[in-house]
Amino acid sequence: MQLRNKDILDIASLLPEEINFILDTAEKMKDISKRPIKKVPTLRGKTIFLVFFEPSTRTRLSFDVAAKRLSADVISMTASSSSVVKGESLLDTVKNLESMNPDIIVLRHFCSGAPHFISKRLSVPVINAGDGMHDHPSQSLLDLMTIRENKGSLKGLRITIIGDIAHSRVARADITGFIKMGAYVVVCGPPTMIPKGIEVLGCRVETDFSKAVKGADVIMVLRLQKERQKHFLLSSEREYNKVYGLSLKHIENADQDVLIMHPGPVNRGVEISNDAADSPFSIILDQVTNGVAVRMALFYLLAGGIKDDN
Amino acid sequence: MIIKIIGGRVIDPGQNIDEISDVYIKNDKIIHVGLSKPAGIEREKDFKIIDASNKIVSPGLIDMHVHLREPGHEYKETIETGCRAAVHGGFTAICCMPNTNPVNDNKEVTEYILKKAGDLNLSRVYPVASISCGLLGKKLSEFSHLKEAGAIAFSDDGHPVESSLFMRRALEYAGGMGLFIISHCEDLELADHGVMNEGDVSTLLGLSGIANESESIMVMRDIALSKLTKTHVHIAHVSTKESVIAIGHAKAAGISVTAETAPHYFTLTDKAVLGYNTNAKMNPPLRSDEDREAVIGGLFDNTIDVIATDHAPHAVIEKELEFDLAQNGIIGLETSLSLGLKLVHENRLTLFALIEKMSTNPAKILGLETGVRPGIIADITIIDPDLNYTVCLKDFYSLSKNTPFDGWQLKGRAVLTMVGGKIVYSEL
Repeated sequence: MQLRNKDILDIASLLPEEINFILDTAEKMKDISKRPIKKVPTLRGKTIFLVFFEPSTRTRLSFDVAAKRLSADVISMTASSSSVVKGESLLDTVKNLESMNPDIIVLRHFCSGAPHFISKRLSVPVINAGDGMHDHPSQSLLDLMTIRENKGSLKGLRITIIGDIAHSRVARADITGFIKMGAYVVVCGPPTMIPKGIEVLGCRVETDFSKAVKGADVIMVLRLQKERQKHFLLSSEREYNKVYGLSLKHIENADQDVLIMHPGPVNRGVEISNDAADSPFSIILDQVTNGVAVRMALFYLLAGGIKDDN
Repeated sequence: MIIKIIGGRVIDPGQNIDEISDVYIKNDKIIHVGLSKPAGIEREKDFKIIDASNKIVSPGLIDMHVHLREPGHEYKETIETGCRAAVHGGFTAICCMPNTNPVNDNKEVTEYILKKAGDLNLSRVYPVASISCGLLGKKLSEFSHLKEAGAIAFSDDGHPVESSLFMRRALEYAGGMGLFIISHCEDLELADHGVMNEGDVSTLLGLSGIANESESIMVMRDIALSKLTKTHVHIAHVSTKESVIAIGHAKAAGISVTAETAPHYFTLTDKAVLGYNTNAKMNPPLRSDEDREAVIGGLFDNTIDVIATDHAPHAVIEKELEFDLAQNGIIGLETSLSLGLKLVHENRLTLFALIEKMSTNPAKILGLETGVRPGIIADITIIDPDLNYTVCLKDFYSLSKNTPFDGWQLKGRAVLTMVGGKIVYSEL
C-alpha cells in the first residue's frame, strides 16, 4: 500500500485504511526507539526541513527526533531567525527552501490553511505540523495510535473532548480522526469555546460536564490557553477549574478502563488535577512516545522509504 | 451625426416601458424613441445604424460602489483601467469610494479624480467623499466643499463608523445640505478580526468567523439614526438575512433607507472559501445559503433597491497569500451584469427589475437624470441577454484579476456601451 497524496495536510484527507496503514507502520517504528542504538539508515541522504512559524518545543523536537532516528538530515528554521522578519512572503520562503531540494518540508504556521496553500505550489511533500485553528494531523494520528494500542480499536468507543474547542486545532483533528475510525465523540466546554456548527464534524455538544464525562471510554482534556480571558471567553482559571477541570472524582462516572489524554503542555490545577494527570488512567506520556513513532512513519512513507528498501 | 439603434427591445423602468423601438441619438442626446421616423429627419443613409435586434436597449447601467484605487494604489487599479473595465461591463457611470491615498476627504482629491476621469471620456465617474477626515471617524469632512467640487455622496466605506454619536452628527449635517450617507455597516468589535462567515465552513476550515449580527446590528443602528435625523441612509453591500428583514421593516415604517447588495452575495455562499480560496474573501463575507436566498428575496420584493459591485481590485501579491493575511474584496465590474442576468435566466428576477436595480434606482438615489426618452443625455447600454460565453481573465480591462468567477460559463452581457452619445465600448 501507498498513500494517495504527496502531502499530509489534514486528517480529513486520509482514508481510514491509510490511517491504519500509517499506524501499523508507526508500531514497527516504535521498536527502533526502544533499542540501545536508536538509529536505522532508512532515510540516509534524505533532507527534511522543519519550518516553524510558531513557537513549539514538543512537536518540533518530536519531528526532529523522528527524522534523526531514520538517519535523515534535519534542518530547522523558525520564523524569528528567518527572512520572514525582513518581510519575505511565506510562498517565497518555501520556494527558496524547495530550491535546496529537500525531500520533505514540515510546516507549522499560525494561519489555518497555510500548508494547503504552499502544498499546491510545491512539488516537495508537505507535512502539516499544525496550522492555525485548523488541523494537526500528526497529533491526531498519535492519539489514534495511543487509543488503538490500549483499546484495540476505535470502533464504538465513546470519546469526550473537554476544553476550548473553538480555538483548538487538536480538537478539530481529533474529532475528525476519531469519528473517521468509528468512535462517538462528545465535546464539552463553556459555550464561548464551542464553535458554531461544530456538529458538522459529526460530534455532539454536551455543555454539562458531568454528563459529558459519564460513561466515557476516553477523556481528552485540552490545554486552556492563558490569554483567552482577554477575549471574554471565561472569567477566571479558578472558575474554569471548578466547572470544567478534570479530577479523579469525575472518573468514577466514566468507564472503569477510562483513558485520560492530554495533548500537552499540561496546566496542572487548571484543566486537569495532579491526581488525574498522574493516575493509572493517564496515558499522557504514551502519547508523547507514540508521537515520535507516528512521525517516523510519516517520514518513512513520504520520503520514499519503501522504494529504497526494495 | 445621428445614430439610429434599430429593432432593440427598449426597457426603461423609469418610464415603465418595455417595447421594441428604434432610438435616435443626435450629438449627445436622445432625440427620438419609437418605430416611426422623427419629424424633420430626412437623409437616413447618413445615419450610423446599430442593429439591436434580439437585444435589450437599456438606460446606461450605474455602479454605485466601486474602488478605483487612484490616487495612491495605482498598482491595483487606475481611474483609466477602472473606467475601461466599467464600460466593458456595460456601466456608463460609476461611483468611486474614498479610501484612496490620500483619502478623498478634500476637494483637491475629488477634483483630481474628476479631471482624470473627464479626460478619459469613458464612463462617468462620481466620487463619493469620506464622512470623516482620513476615514478615522473623529472629525467630519467638509461636506459642502466636497459637494461643490463634485462629490455625490459620503461614505467611510471599508472603515465603518463605530461611534453612534458621530454617525448621528454626520447624518444631521448631511441632511441639512440635502446630502446622504452610504453606510458600511459593521460592528468591528463583534466581528473580532474574523476572516469569513461564521458557520459550518469556518468551523471546518479553522478560520475565525464573522457573525451575521456584526452587520445587522449596525444596519439596525443606522436605520434608527436615519429615523432620528430624518436623513436618507443608503446601506452598502447587504449580505445577511437579518439585514434584509431590518431594512424591510424600516421601509414599511416609512424611514428613508435604501440598500444595495453585490452580485457575489446572491451568487455564492461561504462554501466558495473551501480550499482556502482567497478570491472568495471579502468584507462582508460570503454568507450561508439561507442568507443568499434572503438577499435574492430582498431584490425580488424591492427591499434591496440596487445591485452594486463593491469592485475591489487587489494585486496578485495581496491575494496569493495565507487566507488570514489576504486582502478583502474582489473585482466585479466585468461580471456584474452577467451574474444579474443569471438570476433572470433562473427566473428569480425579471429583466425589468434587473435594469431597475442596475440603472433606474441608482440614478434615482444619486439624483441623476437617466432613461431612454427624448431630451435625455444618451447614456445607453445594449445587452445581449442570450450570449453564452466563458469568463476569461485575459478579456478583462481591470488591472487586477481577483475574481472567483474566472472560467464560469455565463449567459448574457453588455455588447455596446454609449456615454453621452459616444460609443465607448462595442462588440457590434
